[in-house]
Amino acid sequence: MDFYLSAILQGLCLSAMAFGIFISMKIFNIPDISTDGTYTLGGVISGFYISQSYNGFAIVGLVILGGALAGAITGIIHTKLKVNALLAGILVMTALYSINLSILGQSNLPLLNFDILFTVINLFQNPTYNTFLIVFTIILILLMSLTYVLKSDFGLAMRATGNNQIMIRALGVNTDTMKIIGLAIANSLTALSGYLMTLLQGFADINMGIGIVIVGLGSVMMGETLINFFNIKNITIVLLIVILGAIVFQLVLAFALSLGINPNLLKLITAAFVLLIVGLPRFISNKAE
Amino acid sequence: MIELQNIYKTYTVGQAKPINVVQNLSLTIYKNDFAVIVGANGSGKSTLLNLISGNVQPNSGKVFINDTDVTKLPDYKRSSTIARVFQNPFSGTAADLSILDNFRLAALRTQSKTLKIGVNQNFKNKVAQQIEQLGMGLENKLAQPMGSLSGGQRQALTLLMAVMDDLKILLLDEPTAALDPRSAEKVMRMAKKITQQYQLCTVLITHNLKDAFTYGNRIIQMAEGEIVKDLDLELKTKLTQNEIYSWFS
Repeated sequence: MDFYLSAILQGLCLSAMAFGIFISMKIFNIPDISTDGTYTLGGVISGFYISQSYNGFAIVGLVILGGALAGAITGIIHTKLKVNALLAGILVMTALYSINLSILGQSNLPLLNFDILFTVINLFQNPTYNTFLIVFTIILILLMSLTYVLKSDFGLAMRATGNNQIMIRALGVNTDTMKIIGLAIANSLTALSGYLMTLLQGFADINMGIGIVIVGLGSVMMGETLINFFNIKNITIVLLIVILGAIVFQLVLAFALSLGINPNLLKLITAAFVLLIVGLPRFISNKAE
Repeated sequence: MIELQNIYKTYTVGQAKPINVVQNLSLTIYKNDFAVIVGANGSGKSTLLNLISGNVQPNSGKVFINDTDVTKLPDYKRSSTIARVFQNPFSGTAADLSILDNFRLAALRTQSKTLKIGVNQNFKNKVAQQIEQLGMGLENKLAQPMGSLSGGQRQALTLLMAVMDDLKILLLDEPTAALDPRSAEKVMRMAKKITQQYQLCTVLITHNLKDAFTYGNRIIQMAEGEIVKDLDLELKTKLTQNEIYSWFS
């Protein structure tokens, strides 16, 4: 039971990143590969500053700021220098690897001896339940804030930017600025995910972000299938499904592990699973024709 | 009021030699003007409209809007006075957003889009009231995504969205080219009505010579980047449809 609960917990932590992918991919139509780097950035910032006993809120602030900055840089490279979005993301991701290594100072930093966020609340005997409650609350707050932003006038302008640039420019929106802000928001969410995961695992690792963008894409796409199938328009429910996608994704991986599959093959399974999510609906619809 | 002074625009990208799309063009369009611009493909009509809207910057010359030099202003900064309807009926609206959300953004054309929730019951009623005058029954479908509507419906809504916020200039870039005759007439009639009601400065580009004959108080013919004919209301009224046809033969 605890095995699957921790998978759900991981899924919750990763759903912040899935939100980020949802914003960059689904709202702005920009495939943002820098996610791998910003996720790790969130992890190493939290790892380093927790080990330096910084104030918890200050650390969260730094994580969000770091992610936003990285996202904004991707956005500026893409919009102002007119570099292909994929390449812009890869550039930032590559640069972040060195930055992350410099921040952390080593490739892995265990945090087990430090008093961290997840031990703040002690409602249950089982510490996993306490952690679950805290992560759940954080994701709920993110969900509600994001819903609000997307429903606001600014959010509408964001959605229109990804949907029809000609129209929204004619309505007075600087689409370049909008994309930069959007990528900053997306990547601060991703960094926050790295922060949560670092706390959950009890260590920061320079390689923690490898392939994480695929996990995010898989989660969002899995959700998208449901969203399209039921023709869901309500943005709260859409975001809830994105969370669900992230959790189901982790459960599938946990299930694969419980079958006794070599953990070294986990990334391979992840990639295959995402391919399945992306390919299966098309395969079926092709056959139907 | 729109004023273009000695505009030159040359395209060089991907061309063996530079192509002058607009040459030494000077034109003033006044308030309450409904100017119709006709001309063959490549005559520079669309470039002219893009110069006014700011989507294209001139190589030399100046653009004034209401006596302010806007030559260097990008398109999104000119939206405080200009609204546009595009040739492609899908360009003027965001397909994935609902009708209501599209109208909300249009209502903020001259303002900044803040973190305020602007779509409330009050706004909904206002939009429903506006849309009712189209007589398309769309006022009951405000939550429907724009993408589910036909080109004609979307073009009519785009036109209506233009007047959701303060405007002085309305640019119509072949707005009916992709529409069936009935929708086309509906859109053109509404353009006329809006121009009069809000005392706009309207510029219409069209290939439809019947529309050019029927609408507007001024007709301008362009050829090879220059204005070759510019007839005011008095001369335009004397014009027959056949005469306009003869310009193109």
